[in-house]
Amino acid sequence: MTSERPRARRPVPKLERDTHGYWEHLRRHELVIQRCTQCRTYRHHPRPMCPECHSLDFEWARMSGRGAIYTYALVNQPLHPFWNGKTPYNVVLVELEEGVRIVSNLVDCPNDLIRIGMPVTVVWEDVSEEISLPMFRPETA
Amino acid sequence: MKARALQNKAAIAGIGCTDFSRDSGRTEYQLALEAAVAACRDAGISPHEIDCITLSSYQSETVDEAELVNGLGMKNLSYLGLVGHGGGAGCAVVGHAALAIATGMAETALCLRALNSRSEFRYGQFDKNRGEENLEAPVPWFYSFLHPYGFFTPAQWAAFWARRHMHEYGTTAEHFGAIAVAARKHAARNPAARFYRQPITMQDYLDCRMVVDPIRLFDCCLETDGACAVIVTSAERARDLAHRPAYIRAMAQGTGGPGLFPITAFNRERITGMEETARMGDFLFAMADLRREDIDVAQLYDHFGPLVLLSLEDLGFCARGEGGPFVEGGRIELGGDLPINTHGGLVAEAYIHGFNHIVEGVRQVRGTSTAQVEGAEHVLVTSADGVPTSGLILSRST
Repeated sequence: MTSERPRARRPVPKLERDTHGYWEHLRRHELVIQRCTQCRTYRHHPRPMCPECHSLDFEWARMSGRGAIYTYALVNQPLHPFWNGKTPYNVVLVELEEGVRIVSNLVDCPNDLIRIGMPVTVVWEDVSEEISLPMFRPETA
Repeated sequence: MKARALQNKAAIAGIGCTDFSRDSGRTEYQLALEAAVAACRDAGISPHEIDCITLSSYQSETVDEAELVNGLGMKNLSYLGLVGHGGGAGCAVVGHAALAIATGMAETALCLRALNSRSEFRYGQFDKNRGEENLEAPVPWFYSFLHPYGFFTPAQWAAFWARRHMHEYGTTAEHFGAIAVAARKHAARNPAARFYRQPITMQDYLDCRMVVDPIRLFDCCLETDGACAVIVTSAERARDLAHRPAYIRAMAQGTGGPGLFPITAFNRERITGMEETARMGDFLFAMADLRREDIDVAQLYDHFGPLVLLSLEDLGFCARGEGGPFVEGGRIELGGDLPINTHGGLVAEAYIHGFNHIVEGVRQVRGTSTAQVEGAEHVLVTSADGVPTSGLILSRST
């Protein structure tokens, strides 16, 4: 092979007015979830108004970074070139200690060892200058 | 109590479909026109008599009301309606037409869905369609929380629900397989179906390709080019037309509460059932004054077989967690207590965003299905869940 093609990069989120604060905290490796400052209810994904008390006031509440696998999928088809040659890859739903669930990938763990309930902790993948993504690895004792 | 004002006021009087294929060789516009004319002929009316059009909308529609007017030539449209969320809309599209008719806003309605979901936009290939230069997640904005992790398609999202159901309730691959086997058994009798004369065994199911573990190929809906249309009119007028009316006994929509994202409502209390389907089902049966056991046959939206199992629980046909045992032993096959998707469904007949489920519901009421349930009186039809959903109960008599 002579033609040198750049390796495909991971897709990145689109930063928008209602969500950019989330991604800005992640860029600093701070795992946060949006929380209403009036009634203290978490909401994910981010949105302008609390669906419980209708307050527009919110904070980006810092999470511990620990959680457990709630469910997972093993993807056999690469639908984006970043995953070419990387299938099967996992996608996991992590239930954070604080009770909110987020979609991520589990790293440092063979797919056949993934279990629902497995304790995990956050690690960071810097995708670009602007974007860092929370990933998870099995929590070591 | 929800209003019963709609009960049996309107009926489906005509049904029409194009052929179902992998490459129609014609535009979605043409498919829509062909299905519309077929439905009018079936009802015994002229397209020029249509005064109401209701359609569904999601992301990829290419046919609108103006083009239907331009193609079909009606001059007296007085009511137009559009229901969002594609697969979730189908039953509501018919229901909104029924509401227009019941309130005197219109007399004869055309409802349809046309799509080239195999030869043009393929839902199951989501990011592949976009090319590798396109790194930024697309709108709508919530894709930004999924795409960076390689989580692109409804099949992938459905896997989360299926896995969690297996974990909480001991549901097995064979339980999911029972849904696929039933669909293929029914499709095998249906000459219009993609899998006509191609039944499968449970072993065939277990041996088929794993698309996204635990979702197998035979759990997944097809990708189809085709169109389906129905004509809705007043119950009174329907009695004077060509076929036995399929009375619209009830229609309901449902969203459930906050946290509603497309098949990704992962921050609701449970992800072993769809809140919007449970709410819609309660509204629907209350409006119909019927019990679950009054339903003779059901056409349940089957984008993914395992989600049908969830629907059976959400709709109250069995208790939470008992969907697996419920589908065992042929209960959902022709001859069982509750035959499901007697045309073969989205997994074995065609993927027309569930409009083919509505057409099959009408056939059961008329007694003309290729997998006819003897004496079917009440037929339940549902549209996609995981999005704002809807359902219909069609009945043979008032």
